[in-house]
This record gives sequence, C-alpha cells and structure tokens, in this order.
Amino acid sequence: MAFYVVQFLTGLASAASLFLVASGLSIIFGVTRIVNFAHGAFYMIGAYIAFTLTERLSGAFGFWAAIVMAAFAVALIGVIVEMVLLRRIYHAPELFQLLATFGLTLMVEDLVVLIWGPDDLVGRRAPGFKGAIDFFGQNIPSYDLFLIVLSPVVLGILWLLFQRTRWGVLVRAATQDRDMVAALGVNQKWLFTSVFAVGVFLAALGGALQIPRDAVHHAMDLRIIVEVFVVVVIGGLGSIVGAFVAAVLVSELNAFGILIFPKISIILVFLVMAAVLIVRPWGLFGRPEAPARKTPGLTVNPWRPLTSNERLAALVALVIAATLPLFAGNYALTVGSEIAIFVIFAVSLHFLMSVGGLASFGHAAYFGLGAYGVAFLAKMAGLPMIVCLLLGPLLGCMGAAVFGFFAVQLSGVYFAMLTLAFAQIVWSIAFQWVSVTGGDNGILGVWPSSWAASPSHFYWLALGVAALVTIALRAMVFSPFGYALRATRDSLLRTEAVGINAKRIQWTAFVIAGTTAGIGGALFAYLKGSVFPDNLGISLSVDALVMVLLGGVETVSGGVIGAIVYKALNIWLVSQTDLSKLVLGGFIVLIVVVFPKGIVGMLEMLAQRRRKASPPGSPLLAKPIESAE
Amino acid sequence: MRTRNYFVGAAFALLAGGITHSALAQEIKIGEINSYSLLPAFTEPYRKGWQLAVEEINAAGGINGKKLVVISKDDGGKPADAQTAANELVSSEGVAMLTGTFLSNIGLAVSDFANQKKVFFLAAEPLTDAVTWSKGNKYTFRLRPSNYMQAAMLVEAASKLPAKRWATIAPNYEYGQSAVAVFKKLMSEKRSDIQWVDEQWPPQGKIDAGPVVQAVAAANPEAILNVTFGADLVKLVREGNTRGLFKGREVVSFLTGEPEYLDPLKEETPEGWIVTGYPWYSIKTPEHDAFLKAYQAKYNDYPRLGSIVGYQTIKSAAAILAKAGSTDPEKLIAAAEGLSMPSPLGEITFRKIDHQSTLGAYVGKTALKDGKGVMVDSVYKKGSDYLPSDAEVEKLRPKD
Repeated sequence: MAFYVVQFLTGLASAASLFLVASGLSIIFGVTRIVNFAHGAFYMIGAYIAFTLTERLSGAFGFWAAIVMAAFAVALIGVIVEMVLLRRIYHAPELFQLLATFGLTLMVEDLVVLIWGPDDLVGRRAPGFKGAIDFFGQNIPSYDLFLIVLSPVVLGILWLLFQRTRWGVLVRAATQDRDMVAALGVNQKWLFTSVFAVGVFLAALGGALQIPRDAVHHAMDLRIIVEVFVVVVIGGLGSIVGAFVAAVLVSELNAFGILIFPKISIILVFLVMAAVLIVRPWGLFGRPEAPARKTPGLTVNPWRPLTSNERLAALVALVIAATLPLFAGNYALTVGSEIAIFVIFAVSLHFLMSVGGLASFGHAAYFGLGAYGVAFLAKMAGLPMIVCLLLGPLLGCMGAAVFGFFAVQLSGVYFAMLTLAFAQIVWSIAFQWVSVTGGDNGILGVWPSSWAASPSHFYWLALGVAALVTIALRAMVFSPFGYALRATRDSLLRTEAVGINAKRIQWTAFVIAGTTAGIGGALFAYLKGSVFPDNLGISLSVDALVMVLLGGVETVSGGVIGAIVYKALNIWLVSQTDLSKLVLGGFIVLIVVVFPKGIVGMLEMLAQRRRKASPPGSPLLAKPIESAE
Repeated sequence: MRTRNYFVGAAFALLAGGITHSALAQEIKIGEINSYSLLPAFTEPYRKGWQLAVEEINAAGGINGKKLVVISKDDGGKPADAQTAANELVSSEGVAMLTGTFLSNIGLAVSDFANQKKVFFLAAEPLTDAVTWSKGNKYTFRLRPSNYMQAAMLVEAASKLPAKRWATIAPNYEYGQSAVAVFKKLMSEKRSDIQWVDEQWPPQGKIDAGPVVQAVAAANPEAILNVTFGADLVKLVREGNTRGLFKGREVVSFLTGEPEYLDPLKEETPEGWIVTGYPWYSIKTPEHDAFLKAYQAKYNDYPRLGSIVGYQTIKSAAAILAKAGSTDPEKLIAAAEGLSMPSPLGEITFRKIDHQSTLGAYVGKTALKDGKGVMVDSVYKKGSDYLPSDAEVEKLRPKD
C-alpha cells in the first residue's frame, strides 16, 4: 500500500514540472493565439542560465536566488522576442507565428551548444532538499515533496492574478474575445507583451527547477514541447486549471501505467489526448471557440486559375526542370528527386490547410504510411515496383480515411492536435511492432527496379508525378468540390445552410490529401531504399507545415515554392555548415519578418500593387479580373 | 510574377546540386558522416579524434604518398538525411570510402546504401548486431565492439555475482531492446537459476525517472541491468540515489564507464557498478600513452571514448587504403578482410568472416574519487574473445 501512495506522490512530482511549463503555454495561446513552438526553448534556456548562476552563487540563498533570477532573465528575453519579432506578425495568417517560433527554436538549439558546450551539465542539488523522507519503508525525495507543494501554490497565485487583478480580468477577457477587448480601448500591445512575459517566466522557472533532478543539455526543449502541448490541449486551451488537471492525469497514468505496460510511456500522452478529444472536443476544461469573426474570403487576392501566359511559364519551368539530367550530376539529380517528392508532400498538406482550412500537425503519418505500404508490398509480397507505387499509397489513403473521420469533427488547433495524436500513434506502432516493421531499424533494401534505378530516370519519374499531382490538386481547387471545400473553410454555418454536407466534404479532402502524401511517401521509400519510423515522425510533419507556411497559406502555389525553397536550402545548409540549424532558423525568422504572408503571398501582393499603380488608364480593365471570383 | 517564382525555384534546385569536383590525383578522399548536431557530447570528441588521425597520417607522408582528405557531413540524426549526405559524398565528392555514423538505424541505412551503390563503408560507432550479422553485407565493416560483445563482457562479470533476481532498465528502442535480449540470453545460458523480475522501458531521452525507479524497487531485485545513457542516465542515477534504489543491489551497466556519460555525474556517481567504458587515466600502455600525449598536446583536453573511435576509424581507413593501393571497392574489401593494425587500445583485426573489428572495451567498476566518477579495477577485454563461434556467425549472417 505504501508503495502505491509513494508512486502516486512521484506522479504528482512529475506533474508539477509539466504543469509549470504547460500553464505558461496555455496563457500565451489563450490570449495571443500564438502556437508558441519556442516554449520548450525558453524552458531550456531557463535551465541553462540557472545552471550557470547556481554554479556561481554559493549557499542556499544563492541557489534559490539563481533559480528566480534565471526565470526573470528568460522572461526578459521573451519580452524582447515578443516586441521585436512577434509584434510584427500578429496580423499574419493563423499559425504563421508558429513558423517564427520554430525558427527561434532551431537557432536556440545551436546557440546553447555554442555558449555552454556540447557536454551534458549536471547542476547542484537543491539546498535543504537533498535527501529523502522515509514513508513506511519507501523513500520519497524531499525535492519531490517541494515540487508537489509548489505547483498548487503556483496555480493559486495564477488564479488570484487572473481573478483579483485588473490585468487578470483583461487577460481573461482577451482569452474569450480579443477583438472585443481591443474595441473597448485596451492597449493590446502591452497586454500581449505582458502575457508573453508571464508565460515565458513560467516556462523558464519550470526549466530552472529541473536543475536538481535532470541534466541540462541541448535537446531538452524537444523532450518537453510536444508533451506540454498535449497537456494544454487535454486540459482545454487557455484553462490553467485544465492544464493542472491534465498534467496530473497524464503523470499519474504514466506512473501506474508502467507497472503494467512498461513500454507505455512512449505513447501514453497521445492515447489520452486522442481519447479526450474524441469525447470532449475542447479538452477537459476548455470551452468551444467563439465563431470566428473574420470576413468570409479573407484572402487578399481572390484565387483564380492561372492565365494562359502563366500556364505557359509554368510549363517552361517544368521543361527546364526536366532538362536537369542533361547537365547535372547524380547528386544534383537525387536532390532534385527529393525536392520533387517534398513538393508532392507539401502540396498535399497545402490542399488541406489552405483550401480546406484544416491545419494538420500530423501529416507525415500518411506520407510514412505510403512509404511503409510500399516497403511491405516490395519486401513481403515481392511485388514489382510499378505495382508497389500504385498500391502503396492506399495505406496512406486508408489511414487518412479512418483518422480523418474523427479529426474533421473538430476544428482549429484541436483538429491539429488530434491529427498529431493519430500520427504519433501510427509512429509508435511502426516503432514498437519490431517483428513486422523492423522497429526503429526500419525496413531496408527497398530499391527501385532497373528501369527507374538510374538517378536521371528516377528524377524524371519524381518530377512527372509531382507535376501531375500539382496539376490535379490545382484542378480540384477550381472544381465544384474545391469551391465547396473553400466554403467550409470560410463559413461552416453558411455552407451547411446552403445544403452542403460540410463534414463529408472535409473528410473527402482529408482522404485526398492523405493519399497524395502517401504517393510522396511511396516515392520517398524508393528514393532512399529504406523506410524508418522517422518517415512518420513529428519533425517531418513540422517540416511540411513550415514549407506551406513559408510559401504562403493564402495562396494557391505556396506549397510548391515553399517546398522547393525550404528543402533545397535545408539540404544545402546541412552540407555546407556545422551550424545549419542556426542559419536555417535565422533565415526562417528573417522570412517571417520580411514576408509576413509567405514568399508567394508577398510576391503576389507586390504584383498586385504594381498592377494597381502602373497602368493609370485601365483600372476598369484590371478590376473585373480581380473580382472574377 | 509567378513566372519568376518558378525560375527562382529552378535556380535553387540547380544551386543545391553544386559543382562536381574531380578528385585530384594527389589526394585520397574519405567521406565521413555523423550526428554532429544531434549528439555533440559524443561527436565533438569524435571529430577531434579523427582530425588528429588525419594530421598524423599526412605528417607521416599520407597514404602511399597521397594526401588524405576527410570530408565530413552532419546527418542530424535522421537516416534519410544520412543517405543524402552519403550520396553527395559518393556522387559529387568522389570519396574512396564512407566512414562514421553513431545511431544504429543510421548505420544500417548507410550500410544498405553502400551495398546498393557498391561503396566501401567503415561503420564507426553503431552498436547493433544487425550491422555485421543479420543485415550484414560485403561492403560494410564495423569498428566498435557490438552490443553482443559488450553484453558478453558484462555477462562474464555478472554471472559471478550471487544475485538471482534481476531487473532491467533500458531505453525503448532497438539498442536497448537488443542489449537486454542478448544479456538475458547469455546470462541464462551461464546460470539456470536466474529470475527476471521486472523490466522498465522508458522512451529514449524522455525517462520519467521517479516512477521508473520506484517501480523497479517495488519488484525488489537483487541486481539491476541498466542500458540507459546520457541525460536519461543522469536522471536515473539521481532518482536512484535519493530513493536508495542502488543500496545493497548490484548494478551492471552498459557504456556507463565512458567519460561522455560518467563525467557529468560528478559527485553523484554511484559506486561499484560493473560497467564497460574507457578509463583513459589508468591505461598504461605505450600505444595509449602516445595517443594521449598527442591528443592532449593538440587540444589541451582529455580524450573521451568518442576520440578513440574517431581516431581509430580514420587510422583503420588509412591502413585499408594503404594496403589496397587503390580506391576500387573490391580491392578495399580484399585488403580489409583479415587486416591487423595497431590501435591505442592494442592490436585489432578486421575479421574476414563478419567484417567486425576485434577492438575491445574496458570492464571495471565505478568509483568516486575527488568528487568525480572514475573506473577502477579496469581490465581490457579483447573483442576477439567475446564473439560467438565461426559456425554460429555463419548462421547469423546472410550469404553475400
């Protein structure tokens, strides 16, 4: 019995650190709607700075002062980031801020290694909380008890802050309806900055408090960021109490789960999240989001099919791309094939995100399923390449059909997180089912047949498929189905009012996007000759998101350009510099500031401005084209 | 405007291709791939190690009079990126052979690439047995003692312990799984009275150490096998120390004696664990002294195990290239099979039968000295003594 009590307390202690970080994220999201990918980075910097300070300042007072000072220092960094970077992009399309914070995270991971060196750092134990307390023969670390007490205290302080201060009232009001708060004359700039500072402070405090029990190292951020997101979503976005309950729930399930299934930790949080979201689409303590007040058809430039000139230009570009094998070497061709495959992947997500308004955080699942589909068919059934390529993506299609059915019942960030949960479940199956998938050692030897083996032939194959897929999806955008899908994106209520079955349309779009991603995955398996659980992993899903956002969400061809730019740059930087993350992150941040609508979005805007400015005689002529839609 | 877009894209694609270098006649290039950005704690000393080797080789006149050049690429910890890098090194840089890699799945991916493209590959670090056995191929050789070898070394010591009730803690991925599987198999062969009372599989890099320690303690084992390393090990040790998990229990632990993983523990280092590792401070052989002196002179830092691996990888590659007198992969394979050479840890041989080198490891006990973790009573175990019989290896390895 004593054991179960101690295990329960241990679970509570684990929950404490999770809660501190999660509460900060929840507050930031609730008010600013920023999906703050850099939250884990702030947590990590907090730990690093606290490490340095605790090593410098001696004594018990020095230790605790160092922890608090570290949190304040990082909060200050947060304020600078918010004022310099995020303030510029609040009006950018939804999720665009994710790109900025992703860029920051990349930079921080390289920076901490540059500043603090590559070794794992182990800090001091907390003065006064070094030992353990005996509980009927079981030891409970006193630091755990400290954390167990601390987290309800923090919860209480936050509650008071939100319920009893004017600032808290404003924050709660902004969480519910920030447009209304702005309309009532509240200075949003400083409200957002202060909220961001408080959120970052909590993250850094969470990181600093890890010093006595963890090692400080450069991958701490990734270790916590996804789980924290999950906790926030389970609890309900913007709800502090929800984050607390979710942190306790997840930690306790883990503490007791490992007694029965020792391998459960790897997937537990995602199972819980999927279950909670299917039953309660807004998390345990969340409330349904107020219907968006944005005007239908927010896009600055109404979409239109390419003009014949532009079609010609695209064709010329394609022909030029197709002549690459005439003058480029094998390496360039293989990189070309990889870029073409990522164009397929990016346009498939772009179709879901831009046309359907459904941002998936787990799109790699369908890419990876396509790849595994090919690997199973080729290695187990021994089918020829062409058959594998045709049938392999069906696995992606089936996965998308099953998961998409549940996912499209939700919207916004909840939709995104449910797709993430499904992707992680698929990933863990691939990772754990060693006898079938080979686990993390993957399936090797999936090489193309001789007709496609040479780099030039494979390049033409990938390029051809990429062109076909892009054309097909574009055609779909301007088909009646595409219009219906865009209608569900712009106004769900009106769509249903005119008799369109919105959920079915969205589901269909999800399946189309998943199958297309599966086609990309199938080609990828043959390009690499092997399939690994990585191909379904979070980082690949994030890559796809970054490509779409970089290209421009509110454009038709953003996915294509985003994929080409991001992938080419990524491969090139990794090959050229040891600090590829720092440079790539810096580049992304720069793009975010300079092109807040993405690359294509910005170019379109410039083009439109020029069109408006240059021919003064023909405004009437220009107008019909613009308003053709 | 859109037109220009596409051109920009096409230009980028071309740019990424780079320019194909033609190898100069006076140079021999080796392509090296490792997870530099993902695992700097291991790969930084590793890089220093191979850079020292390159310097020494060229100072001694290069390889048959040709200058050795190592071109190094980061794989970011992703198998797919490792293959892109391998492809660049082979197709674009024209390297004579590939070396490196740390993670097992990346080692396997590059090994499969080498087999497909018929390129010589010397795997430095990946520990999985599959590299030389179940997924072995004729183009792939491996330097470090495999999972099986390290398990066999530890089992030799562990089977002498009186403990009968054993629990295991291992990261939940291939390395942890196969380390536990081999250890269990070899232990049970030697001792029929062993009971396996609990196993814990925390996710790699994400151990929730408190509950794990508590769960293991609840099973009340007499001895524990640990396979976690890096930050997970730190958390496990700290929780285990506070909760008294290791008190009165024997612990056998993979890799913990390597400075990369032992040094961060500082005064928390648990005493008396039986570990594999690299006690650079207590190795007193002329070969190692020479290496240590050169390393400390160049970097003003002590070597980690990664330094040895990096150094010996390039030294081995150079020896193979020198003996082959050619960069033809078939000739390199012929030269490498059965080739013996000196190393800082003593002579090693690349076995003909499975392309595994006989590099060994030190087995010893952890101890605390002046607030630092060290290995004591360490004995060098030759790799050749801890490999299964040739007949068994024949069965494990597919025919080329």
